[in-house]
Parts: sequence; C-alpha cells; structure tokens
Amino acid sequence: MTQIIDPTDERAPIRRALAPRPAALAGTLALLDISKPRGDVFLARLSERLRERLPGVAIKSYRKPTYTKPAPDALRQQIAAEAGFVIEALAD
Amino acid sequence: MTALPSFVLADQAGGARRFPPGAPAVLCFVKEDCPTSNMVVPLLEALYRALDGAARVWLVGQEAVGNALLVDRYRLTAPMLDDSALRVSYVYAVEIIPTLVLADGEGREQGRLVGYRKDEWQALFAAAARLAGRDGPAIDWDAYPDWRPGCGSRTLEPGIAERLQAESANGPLRARRIDIAPGDDEFEFMFDQGLTDGLPVVPPTPERVLRMLTGTRRDSQQVVAVVPPNMAPATVEKVAANAVMAGCKPAYLPVVIAALEAVCTDEFNIHGVMATTWGASPCIVVNGPIRARLGMNPGVQALGSGNRANATIGRALKLILRNIGGAKPGGVERSTLASPAKYTMCFPEAQEASPWEPLHVERGFEHTDSVVTVFALEGPRGIADQISRTGHALAASFGLALESVWHPKVRPYGDVLLVVCPEHAETLRQDGWSKARVRERIQAVAARPLCDVLRSDECGEGVPAGRWGPGGPNAEQLKTLVPKFAAAGNIHIVVAGGQAGKFSAIFGGWVGGPAGSMPVSRRIDE
Repeated sequence: MTQIIDPTDERAPIRRALAPRPAALAGTLALLDISKPRGDVFLARLSERLRERLPGVAIKSYRKPTYTKPAPDALRQQIAAEAGFVIEALAD
Repeated sequence: MTALPSFVLADQAGGARRFPPGAPAVLCFVKEDCPTSNMVVPLLEALYRALDGAARVWLVGQEAVGNALLVDRYRLTAPMLDDSALRVSYVYAVEIIPTLVLADGEGREQGRLVGYRKDEWQALFAAAARLAGRDGPAIDWDAYPDWRPGCGSRTLEPGIAERLQAESANGPLRARRIDIAPGDDEFEFMFDQGLTDGLPVVPPTPERVLRMLTGTRRDSQQVVAVVPPNMAPATVEKVAANAVMAGCKPAYLPVVIAALEAVCTDEFNIHGVMATTWGASPCIVVNGPIRARLGMNPGVQALGSGNRANATIGRALKLILRNIGGAKPGGVERSTLASPAKYTMCFPEAQEASPWEPLHVERGFEHTDSVVTVFALEGPRGIADQISRTGHALAASFGLALESVWHPKVRPYGDVLLVVCPEHAETLRQDGWSKARVRERIQAVAARPLCDVLRSDECGEGVPAGRWGPGGPNAEQLKTLVPKFAAAGNIHIVVAGGQAGKFSAIFGGWVGGPAGSMPVSRRIDE
C-alpha cells in the first residue's frame, strides 16, 4: 500500500451551521461598501428602498479601504458591535 | 555516559530479550554476508561463555536467514537477536558491521567499536569482564589479524535508509499520513482528492519527501510562511511535499522556499492576487549563481516549456498556494479567465546576455547572491520589432505595446515586466541605452493627451473626469499628457530568451501599489 504525506493544511472538514434566520429585521442593518466602483451607488439606492420598507430599522454605512485586501480587524469588530445584519456589495 | 535506546528483540529460540537487561551487556551488530562478522562471532561466543550470568553478550543480526546460518555455522549458544526490521540498528546509528557496544548495568554506553581492530577488541573484552566481575575468556588473539575492515550496515542500503527514517518516531516527518488503498491508482487518487492543478502530480511518499528535505538545511517543522487565504502555516515538510508533487529535485527546494516567503508578505499580497477576478498569478524571476547550478533555462523558450527547474519551481509554488493556502479555482481563486501562467511561471534572467545590471543587483543585492523576485503578472505577450536598429526606435515599440496593458486608456498603471530578448538587448547595448533611458522613452511614447484617455460614451474605461473636480478638466488640462505608468520604476526590465529572434515580451500586472501587489525579492538561503 502506498502512503503519502498529506500536502494540505490538514484542516478537518468543518461544516458550519448557518445562523438561525431571525423572524424579523430589527435593530441596526450595516451596509458595507468594499470600494469597488459603483458599489456606493448600488448601496445608496438599496438604502433608500430599505428605509421606505423598514422605517423602524436603523441603517449604517461602512466602507473597506480597498477591495483587494480583507477588511481590517477593527472594521469587522465595529460592524459586529454596531449592527445585527450586514449587506455587502461584493462586485461591480 | 549516554543512556542507550531500550528495545525488545526475539532471540533464536523465540524468547524476548529486553534491553537494558539489568546487568552489564555487550551488543554486537553482525550480518552473515560480512567476512569480518564471521571472524568475530566465535570471539563473542567465547565472551558469552566466560561472562554468562554476570553480564549479557548478545549478537544483533540484521537479516533473518543469515542470522540462522550464523547460529548453525558456529553452534552459537549466545543469544542471536533478530533485527531484520533494522529498527534497533537504526536507532543505534549503526553504519558499519560489526559494531560492538558495551553497556553498564544501567544501560549506559561505556564503549563502542566500529569494524575490527584487535587491540581495541581486547581492551573492550577486558572492560566487559571487569564490569561483570569475572575473568575474561581465554582467546588465542595471536591467531587473529590486527585489523579487518567492516561492511556497510543494511540500514544504509538504498531505499531502506529513507524507509527507516520515515518510520522513526524522531524522524523529520510529522504531517498526517494518507493511505492509498492497494486497489486505487495513486495518480487517480491524487486527482480525486483535489490535490492537483489538473496535471498529474508525483505522489509525495514519505521516502520522496525525505529526499526532498535533503535540499535544505532548515528544520522540517520550521514554518516558512503563513499562507492565505486559509492563513495556514506552511512548514518546510509541507512545502517539500508539494515540491515533490510538482516534480522538483531536492536542489530546487531553497528556491521554492524563498519564493513562498516572498509572496506571503503584505507587500506582495498573495491573498488579493489569488482572489481577484483579474488573471494575475505569481511570476518568479531567478537571478544569481543558482541559475546555472540548477540547470535553469534563460535561453531559447525561457518563458515556455521544456526545462524541469523552470517548470517545476513555479508549479510547486502554485500547488502550495492551492493545497496549504486553500486557494482553489472556483473557491477563493476566482479569476474570470486567468491564463496558462496559473500552472507555473518561473524563469531565470539571462544576465550574461544583458547590457545592464541584473535585476537582483538593481534591487540591492550582491552579484554573488542568488535571489528570487516575485511579480503579480498575467501571462507574457510578445512584442515583435524586426526593423528598429536604434534604441530610440526600439524603446518606442516597447512603449506602444505596453500602453495596452490592462486597458490602453487606464492610467496611471502599476508594475509591468518587460523581457528584452538578446537581439534587442544587443541593439540597446550598441546604442548605449541604459535601462533608465528605455523607461523614459516608454513613458514618453505611451503618454496621451488627457482628452484621449478620459472615460466617455465612446469607450467607457479611462481616466475619470471627476479627478479634476465637479466640473471636470478645463480645456488646458485636456491637452496635458498623461503617462501610462505611475512612475518609470514601475517598468521592470530583465533579459531572457534565445540568441535568434527580435521578439521581446511584456507581462501586464494587476493593481499596483500598497493596496494591490508590489514586487518582492528574497535571497535564496541555500
């Protein structure tokens, strides 16, 4: 029998459960612009529509410094602390 | 004195013999096909009979059939222990047969002889007798020669040494082992496990990984880099496993290690390079003496197929990013189209054909250093200029071709790599053109009036008018020339290729600067 050295990072396959879907959208909703061109246009329009439909929900906007790198830790922590929901505009 | 490794081996009667035995002991490693072993076996039998009860005298045989032959041939009553699995010989670091080891009652080494020298053997027999508190055997030493060479231990035979090292608890391999079932084709198995780039890979058996590790002095468990996107630590062992898969020779490993260190820096930003929908991939340029030592190809078809070192070093880096970092196409690696450079892209600079300082010296290293420089680049594209005979004209061709990188209207642009072929390099040499002058000419030729490169309905891409405020640029500003590249230093120049052909090449880049990817150089630690 041939044996090989595992060439991967040996992560055990982990299936993460989705967070339970809340019954209603309440509290604060974060809109995250990753700095791709026109992401701000899309999110501004989305924000308008959401304010009409969900007047009781607070909407806060956030922006990554660049789309090419992962969001800085401080920004991720700020969003987690301030909002219960996030909508991220991923691509142009 | 060193405590000797403990062990349990079966003697010729099938009884288990445990070391340390709780008494002084003489161990002698022997094998039947060794003439010197045959000569000393009667001496050991005599020692056994003289000391038995007060000290142990054990022969440790390396081959089962040979052990039985020795027992019969010399009518041995001394225990002959079966080490045909060679594990005890391995942990005792036996290289020559016979090796004679004297241990005290606590199993600590008191003496070790390799091969046969009569005076040494006499002294060790006397020391064993003293430890046992008995008289030594009566041996006619005059009947024996003064000296006889030993034979090689079976532990050093090809294939066996690697197996023993791989099995050893103290060996350099710590990674998880994966068993491939006897009914499985090992190459198909590697595909099925998602470990390949689409081409077959060499299965990284423990023996092959051990051989690969001989290419570096680094400890196998040293972490070379933390590899995005999984942020997984890449040990030298894991790097070696992927280098085996890519087809590398052990001598290539230091180049792979240096390239991995270089891409896993914040400046290079391999996470972004792999994740972007653009088609960039790491391109490795090798400079310095190691190019020749590895037989790399800077000449005919330097950027293409046909050379093992060029091909497998670049491929090893990509396999590491895939298997350790977790960047897989369709997962975090998401290029819309990509290019064949995603398989591998590595070449050495043809420094000897260059009129200029080589890339690594330009970037602050010594001529004698071996260096990798990594760039985030697309695949290469040719620039044909068979007509120009002056630096002025030839550098203009470079500029016109480079203007198209990413999109002709997009500017300022970041890093690109220009590969000048030897015939073009010779034209520039004869005309006395420095690299700086070539860069200036490229910037001049590729510059366009702002009005030609603004975003417009005619062609959407281009320079956004908003950079000049809400009203956009005025009439005067519209006439200003906009250079293609943010700085002349973004145009990196190396020489490579065959002696014949006036065909250079350009590689486009990706997003330059601190938010994207910047070229990084690392000295190769051989």
